[in-house]
Amino acid sequence: MTAENPNAGFDIGDNTRAELERAGVIVSSVDFLYNWARGNSVWPLTFGLACCAIEMIASATSRFDISRFGSEVFRPTPRQADLMIVSGTVTKKMAPQVVRIYNQMPEPKWVIAMGACAISGGPFKQGYNVLKGIDRYIPVDVYLPGCPPRPEAVLQSLNYLQEKIRTQDIKSDPAFTRGRRQYPVPSFTGTDLEPPYNPEVWHPPHAPNPKPMEETTA
Amino acid sequence: MSGVSFESVLEQFPGTKWDEAAGAVIAPLGQARAVAEWLFGQGVDYCSNVTGVDYLEREVKEKITNDDGETETITRTESGRVDVVYHLYSMRDQAGPLVLKQRTSRDNAEAESLTPVWRSCDLQEREVYDLFGVNFKGHPNQRRIMMWDEFEGHPMRRDYTEPFDHEWEPTPHNEVLEKHQRGKVII
Repeated sequence: MTAENPNAGFDIGDNTRAELERAGVIVSSVDFLYNWARGNSVWPLTFGLACCAIEMIASATSRFDISRFGSEVFRPTPRQADLMIVSGTVTKKMAPQVVRIYNQMPEPKWVIAMGACAISGGPFKQGYNVLKGIDRYIPVDVYLPGCPPRPEAVLQSLNYLQEKIRTQDIKSDPAFTRGRRQYPVPSFTGTDLEPPYNPEVWHPPHAPNPKPMEETTA
Repeated sequence: MSGVSFESVLEQFPGTKWDEAAGAVIAPLGQARAVAEWLFGQGVDYCSNVTGVDYLEREVKEKITNDDGETETITRTESGRVDVVYHLYSMRDQAGPLVLKQRTSRDNAEAESLTPVWRSCDLQEREVYDLFGVNFKGHPNQRRIMMWDEFEGHPMRRDYTEPFDHEWEPTPHNEVLEKHQRGKVII
């Protein structure tokens, strides 16, 4: 049995669409309208953790002007924000609070992991006090490398996010179907966070190379 | 530049010692608070920095002259210690810094809190408590400040071994490579 085309009636080719537009008729889908509106009004959360936050702030200044992309409205409360830019080192002490803020954001919500530290722990990776990447606890949409990334890179990551938003399907996307996504907040133990990662959003690398470097290179 | 010199501290408190190499006044245990209060009365009104230094037990080689007039080298063991260092200034006299040290043992590290004298010591003494494990007697609010409350151990101690949560990396080097070879890779 073949599934019925959910976009029946709207599924017209680009040529037909262009022809109709020339005739003054705009044919569109709900997906397109939703995503167009959402993608051009992504409101980030006023939230910074370390030096990357300075670059994020700089991207909002007139020189770089994040408002060109509709994201100038930095909201001071997670209840009104769509985008969380995890800008900076996430220490193990801070990680539960970051997850909690994420949980408080309404759907749809997106996350940009900004800078080497937020992606993987960066230069502090194998230390005792820094989380090895925020993607262990919350789903990350765009990884923005750099140490710290320049404001132009922040804007480009926002563009990538907008591209991603434009491809969202409001019928199947978890942001629209599952209710507000919330993930368990890790708790502190004597040495580390418990659990060390959330298996729902992150898995260890499939086949890590367990051999020491010298053996593999020899 | 006027202000209190270390000589006057040494004169006032015969128990204190002058450490030439460190350029610091070393207050004996139990006397630091009295020294601090006296200094505060002399116009030393600002404590800019509190930190700790950890020294492991080590062997020192020394050349001495024995009774026969011959020079010989002996090896003695210098016990480990933790120093709590205070950098003091006088805003009134535009003078400083005057370095004050409290020297304590590693096993039972205790020092006197100078927070009642200089309020700016508060957070920094908490930091020394957190990272070096020095107990400050008389501190109004001594809890961990950097690490979380449940954390075990004091990371800035030299013999601190961090929990083995090493993770696989594509290009390990230096200490990470050592860890890579030392134990199993967890993730």
